[in-house]
Amino acid sequence: MASLLAVLIGAMVAAASYLLLSRNVVRFLFGFVLLGNAINLAILTVGRYRGPQPPLVPDGAAVPTAAVANALPQALILTAIVIGFGILAFSVVLIYRAYEELGTINSDEMQVAEPAGVPGGPR
Amino acid sequence: MKPELLLVAPLVIAFATGIATFLARRRPRLAGALSVGGAALLLAAALALLAQVVAAGPIATQAANWPAPFGITFVADLLSAIMVATTGVMALVIAVYALAEIPRPLESAGFHTFYQILIGGVCGAFLTGDLFNLYVWFEVNLMASFALLVLGGSREQLDGGIKYVAINLVATAMFLVAVAVLYGLTGTLNMADLHQSVGRVGDVGLLTVVACLFLLGFGIKSAVFPLFFWLPASYHTPPVTVSALFAALLTKVGVYALIRVFTLIFTRDVAFTHTVLLVVAGLTMVTGVLGAVAQMQVRRLLAFHIISQIGYMIMGLALMTPLALAGAIYFMLHNILAKANLFLISGVMRRTAGSFDLGEIGGLWKANPALALLFAVAAFSLAGMPPLSGFWGKLLLIKAGLDAESYAIAAVALTVGLLTLYSMVKIWNEGFWKPHPAGDGGVVTLAAALPGGRVWLLMAPIVVLAGLTVAMGLFAGPVVRVMLTAADQLLNSDAYVAAVFGSGR
Repeated sequence: MASLLAVLIGAMVAAASYLLLSRNVVRFLFGFVLLGNAINLAILTVGRYRGPQPPLVPDGAAVPTAAVANALPQALILTAIVIGFGILAFSVVLIYRAYEELGTINSDEMQVAEPAGVPGGPR
Repeated sequence: MKPELLLVAPLVIAFATGIATFLARRRPRLAGALSVGGAALLLAAALALLAQVVAAGPIATQAANWPAPFGITFVADLLSAIMVATTGVMALVIAVYALAEIPRPLESAGFHTFYQILIGGVCGAFLTGDLFNLYVWFEVNLMASFALLVLGGSREQLDGGIKYVAINLVATAMFLVAVAVLYGLTGTLNMADLHQSVGRVGDVGLLTVVACLFLLGFGIKSAVFPLFFWLPASYHTPPVTVSALFAALLTKVGVYALIRVFTLIFTRDVAFTHTVLLVVAGLTMVTGVLGAVAQMQVRRLLAFHIISQIGYMIMGLALMTPLALAGAIYFMLHNILAKANLFLISGVMRRTAGSFDLGEIGGLWKANPALALLFAVAAFSLAGMPPLSGFWGKLLLIKAGLDAESYAIAAVALTVGLLTLYSMVKIWNEGFWKPHPAGDGGVVTLAAALPGGRVWLLMAPIVVLAGLTVAMGLFAGPVVRVMLTAADQLLNSDAYVAAVFGSGR
C-alpha cells in the first residue's frame, strides 16, 4: 500500500511541478492545488497508513487490540485542507482582479511593479 | 496572575483587537483608536513576558492542559520573549503611523483588522512550541499579509501581489511536506520532544534531507539567496505603513524559524547543514546589496537591503557559536528598528518632496533638517557607523567569524557594510542634499505636508524608533549581555525542554 501511494504521490508532484512552471497563473494555481493534495497524501503515508479501522479502545482493554488507523495525520490533513481551501479561494479572486486590472494572466506580461528595460530599475 | 497566562496574552489581545476593529470598521477613527490601544496593551503584555523570562528562565503552558508532547505547547525562551517584545514595539509605533497614512477607504475595508491579525500571527509563530502549529501561524500571517498587500487594489499592488502569493504558496507547501516527513521519522511534532527524539533517528541522511526542505521553506519566507525575488517585486507596492510592517516583521519570522529549528532540532549534521547556511548567508549579503546600489526608487532600494541584512542574521546562525548567535539576535533587533524606520521616513520623504524616485526629489535637508537628522540616525545605524546599533551588531558577527576562522565570511560582511554605506549616502545625496529638480517650491515643510497637527502621527513613530536605535547603541553592553543569555539558551536546550515537559522529565 505504502509503495503504491509513494508512486502516486511522485506522479502527482511531477504533474504539479509541470503546472507550477507555467507562465499562465491559472495553470500555476491548478499546480498548487495538485501539489497540496499530493502533500496531504504524503502526510497520510508517512504517518503509517494501517487500514481503515477507527482508533477505538474496546471495553475492558487499556490499548487498542487490533491495528487501528493513526488519527493524528488525518487531523493534520484536515487542517491543511481547510487552510488550502481558504488560500485557493483568495488566490482565485486575486487572479481574477489582476486579470481585470492588468488584462493578462501571463506572468511574463505582468511587469507593472517592475517594468523591464529601465536602467537601474523602475523610476 | 499566573506567569503562564502571559504566554497567551499577546495572542488574545491581538485577536480581540482584530475583532473589535472589524466591528468598528464603519467608524474608522474609532477603529484606529482601538488598534493603537490594542497594540499598547500587547506591548505591555510582551514586556511583562520578557521581564518574567529574564528573571525566571523559559516558561511554557499546554493548550487545554493536554500534557506535552500530546497537546499544543506554548513556550517562551529568551529569544521568543525578545521577539514578541519587539513585535509589540513595532505594532504600536506603526499603528500610530497608520492613523495619518492609511486613507479612510482602506480603513473601512478592514485595514486595522488585518493589521492586528498579522501581529497576532507573528506573536503566535514566536511563541508556539509545536511544529505543525508553527505551520498554522505561518498561514495566519500569510493570509493577513496577502490582504494587506493588495488592499486598495492598484495595478502595482495586484502585480506584486500575484508574485508574492505564488512563491509563498510554494514555500508553505515545502514546509508542510517537511513537517510530514519529520513526523514520519520521529512520531512527534512537539519541538522540545523532537530535540530529544531526532537523536534516535537511525538515518541521518534522511534527517538532513528534511533539514534542507525546512531550509527551502523558511528560506523563501526569509528571502535568502536565491529565493528572494518575490520581495523586491512586491514590498514597494502597498502603502508605506504596510511596507514598514512587512520589512520589520515578516522576513524575521522566517529567520526566527530557521534559528529555532537549526539550533533545537537539526544539530546532528552541523558540518553539512551549517556550511550550506554559511554559503547562503554570504551570497544573500552580496546579491542583496548589489541589487540595492542599482536602484533609484527609495523603497525598492530599501527592499533589497532587507535581503542583504537577512544574510548577516543567517551568518550568525551558521557559525553556531554563543557570540555569533548573540550577534544574530542583536542584529535582528537592530535591523527591525532601523529598517522599519527607514521605510516610515521614505513615506514622509514622498509627502514632502513628491516622489519615491531619487531622480525626482531633493532639497529635503534645506526644507526639513529634523527629518534629515532622523534619516541620518537610521541610515548610518544600518550602515554600521559607531556608536549606533548596527556597528555593534556587525562587530559581534565579524568577531565571531574571525574567532571561528571563517575569514571569507568576515571579509564579505565588511565589504557589504561599505556598499550599504554607499547606498545610504546615495539616498542622502539625492534626496536630502541636492536641490529639488523643481526648485525650492518642489519640496514643502512637514507642517505644510499634513496640516492640522496630524504630521506628529507620522513623526512620533520615527522619533521613537530613532531613539531606540541610539539607545541600543549607547547601552550595547547590557543589551548584548541579554543576547548572550538568549544564545546560551539556544545552544543548551535543557532549560527549554525542561520548561515544556515540566519538572517530571
